[in-house]
Amino acid sequence: MVIATLALIGLLIATYLWLWKIGVVGHIICGSGGCEVVQTSTYATFLGLPVALIGVVGYLTLLIVSLVGIQPRWIDHPGPTRLMAVLSGLGAAFAIYLTYLEYAVIEAWCRWCVGSAVIICAIFLTAILGMRGAKRTG
Amino acid sequence: MAKSVKTNRFYVVLGVIALAGGAAIFWSRGDRGAQSGTLKPLEGSSAGAEAMPGYVVGSDSAKLEVLEYADFQCPACRMFTIITKPDVDERLVKPGLIRWRFRDRPLDGHAKSPVAHHAAACAGEQGKFWSMHDQLYLNQSDWVGGGTEKKIRSYAEKAGVDLAKYDECMKSQRYRARLAASAEQATAQGITSTPTFVFGPRMVSGALAYDALKAIVDSILGQKKAA
Repeated sequence: MVIATLALIGLLIATYLWLWKIGVVGHIICGSGGCEVVQTSTYATFLGLPVALIGVVGYLTLLIVSLVGIQPRWIDHPGPTRLMAVLSGLGAAFAIYLTYLEYAVIEAWCRWCVGSAVIICAIFLTAILGMRGAKRTG
Repeated sequence: MAKSVKTNRFYVVLGVIALAGGAAIFWSRGDRGAQSGTLKPLEGSSAGAEAMPGYVVGSDSAKLEVLEYADFQCPACRMFTIITKPDVDERLVKPGLIRWRFRDRPLDGHAKSPVAHHAAACAGEQGKFWSMHDQLYLNQSDWVGGGTEKKIRSYAEKAGVDLAKYDECMKSQRYRARLAASAEQATAQGITSTPTFVFGPRMVSGALAYDALKAIVDSILGQKKAA
């Protein structure tokens, strides 16, 4: 449930950034102006796709997996938690790389992106704790 | 049973978060690029504006001068320059209805802006400001990401700037103080976001659509005609 909530918040953040990127949202509420700098840099695209869109797809996947994981049929099955740990691990590694780029290369901070990085790392940690907890009880 | 009630409550909480977030995003669409500009009066005085008069296109005999305060690192300015400005040039500036003046307004949060504005000023020394202006906006997403000075130098080359003179100008930093003065003067007049367009004593902020800008120009020219 914690993971689903975090994934939903992450999904909302990624959707906001993506809608700004494609011009649906006019002014990005950021505070420092760093969001615009980061979102218009070359690093805001990865393999030809906007990073924000990758975030939307990623968080949506995590949300679906987490909701499947709390269904009675799957709740005692380790599969969803393991899948969640793998997916969020990849997401966290990517987010850490992007945060490094903000710090060392772009030299600007996008607060929404940092927030998203914190969320994906929290999801990963929660999934790992969930796996360990399941092992102990199993 | 208790578990089912707990799960149902959780779905309600999740739904509330989704609705609240969705509503917040929907609400934030409201200021999409100031599609219909509302004019408001300029604040303070324009003292010091002559320190950095800006760059002009259009006829001296045009009845109205539109002043654009812009930041080369600002995405909304880029959007305006790429989407709207060609129409403005073709339909308002070339027929002599308005004269267009660009004035530097580097924003504080934009770390790469000072280099870009200085580079444009150095290109301006050689009569290449507008070519450099276009290069900087077209390639904005590239140079804000790192290697800024080197990339901007390559745009200067593309714009036809003499690089030896450009390098000397960039090294001297001779426009730094004037650019800072231009930004300060803009702030004193209440121009704190970009792009901001000034029509005589009034201004409007945001990436105006062509129709909105034309409506403002028509209304001012209509008033002048009636007077």
